[in-house]
Amino acid sequence: MANAKLEIIDMTKLYNNGDGVKNINITVEKGELLTLLGPSGCGKTTILRAIGGFNDIQGGDIRIDGNSIIALPPEKRPTAMVFQSYNLWPHMTVYDNMEFGLKLRKVPKAERKARISEMLEMVKMPGVEKKYPGQMSGGQQQRIAIARSLLLRPEVLLLDEPFSALDAKIRQQMREELRKIQTDLNITVVFVTHDQEEAMALSDRVIVMNKGSIEQCGSPAEIYDRPVSRYVADFIGEMNFLQIKGKTLAVRPEYVKVAPGKGGDLDGYVRTVMMLGHYVEMTMDTDYGIVKTFISEDESRAYHKGDPVAMTFSKQFEY
Amino acid sequence: MSMRQAMKPAHIARSLGKKRAGGVLILLVFMLFFYGPLLYMLPLAFANKYEYPAIAPTQYGFQWWKYVLDQPNVVEAIVNSFLFAFASTILALIICIPAAYVLARFKFKGRKFIMLLFLIGNAFPKIGMYTSIGIIYYRIGLMGTFLGVLLIHMLGTMMQMIWLPAGAFRSVPRHQEEAARDAGAGPIRTFFHVTLPIAWPGIAVAAMYAFIGSLGESVGTLMVGLPKYRTMMTEMYGVILDFPATAGAVFALIIVIPNIVLLMLMRNYIGGGALAKGFKMS
Repeated sequence: MANAKLEIIDMTKLYNNGDGVKNINITVEKGELLTLLGPSGCGKTTILRAIGGFNDIQGGDIRIDGNSIIALPPEKRPTAMVFQSYNLWPHMTVYDNMEFGLKLRKVPKAERKARISEMLEMVKMPGVEKKYPGQMSGGQQQRIAIARSLLLRPEVLLLDEPFSALDAKIRQQMREELRKIQTDLNITVVFVTHDQEEAMALSDRVIVMNKGSIEQCGSPAEIYDRPVSRYVADFIGEMNFLQIKGKTLAVRPEYVKVAPGKGGDLDGYVRTVMMLGHYVEMTMDTDYGIVKTFISEDESRAYHKGDPVAMTFSKQFEY
Repeated sequence: MSMRQAMKPAHIARSLGKKRAGGVLILLVFMLFFYGPLLYMLPLAFANKYEYPAIAPTQYGFQWWKYVLDQPNVVEAIVNSFLFAFASTILALIICIPAAYVLARFKFKGRKFIMLLFLIGNAFPKIGMYTSIGIIYYRIGLMGTFLGVLLIHMLGTMMQMIWLPAGAFRSVPRHQEEAARDAGAGPIRTFFHVTLPIAWPGIAVAAMYAFIGSLGESVGTLMVGLPKYRTMMTEMYGVILDFPATAGAVFALIIVIPNIVLLMLMRNYIGGGALAKGFKMS
């Protein structure tokens, strides 16, 4: 690929206990935000740490702008990494934390100062230069950590679940800000998370991982609309699974259309009707298991527990 | 006993709550046990006249202070004490900190065994160890030398100087070190700019123990250093053996002063909170 910023070619990294990743191939384009998504232990962090230089790899290659970086120690790599926690050095002020890498790069003092205040402006935390990390909230600390990494103008920014220790509301806010900064600066980002909602909201492309290998790679819409395996279908979004004649039929709740009575693709009886704000979640008992769907509040008035329901599926997957 | 008096402990117990009162009582007994002998030194040190049947000294004054300070070797002993304390602490820091880092950060075969070895040194009766060290010292000519005494002092501090800093290094989150590497610092710069400062409270506490331990070292110095190297502690032996307990109390107070000053300095220098962290109390 002509535009490839980061290429991972046939990379293998196995730990002594047999865990790890095998034969990984990933290409990230310039300015793209790629997310590695999967449950803990699926190898997503292993890949990220290998890019950052914190894991030795046993096979394959990692290239940035076409140059192999696997022989370089972390300090020589054109990458910057933000960890889940403990990013900042507690004995240094925010300013000292941010200045550390610039000093090592021999950036003149006046420029250091200008760049730091500009960056703090960008992460919406101006004026915190003299604070110590311990005097800030978790969300603020992560902002500073991201700002510190961005200051070094990395070719690739690596984010290892940077928001997962934060509470839900701040997480969402940080997500939006990160996306904005990333598009404004047109930086290449590899993002690791186990939160599928975060992955969908943030990414240009998502790689779903399972037990050390890549299960599916595509845009959030592709992954959601065309999950290639039962694993992906289960992991991303909500899905009804029905075991019919040795096959597994998968239908997303929003593709289940319901009508009172009988004679649909599948018939069943109302099990629960639950009001969830601006929509209603209804579940139905069928011969093949429980099916979930979403309906409007108006529609929901027609259904009561035990009523027969005819279901039609506007879209379905088979595994 | 009147009704009123009999009510009193019950009253206290009620106001504190029964469990609390028990706790306070235990604390008081403990404090007395802990600080009683120390406090007793005060009247003892300032007693001019203190003979058997009297419970407290009958005459106070500075008679024994004058006597102790007039001893010809006292100044030399004080200088020596501090010389050995500083030298052994600094040398132990230089040797033990890299060792502690390795033991804390790298997993290798025999790591736990090595940690244990440092403990074993303290488990042996010291006097037996010094005897065998004495034999070796005679052979290699370290008897009565500065280096010989210094090594004895360092021996006593090894365990704290390995175990406490190793614990401090272990509690430095790895991500903080990795973030420094990521920012462009090599391993050595990372150690001095990130790891060491974050682990510093624990190391400072270890150094303080080493310093105070060296000031208090007596038996080894006596066996290896005398008559060439006298410290406050070895001088005190002579004073205690030859003169009344009063002189010993004076000497003890003189020795306590630097320790207290050191503790105060540490508190101010690295802060009470950090010190508590070093002791793992916070």
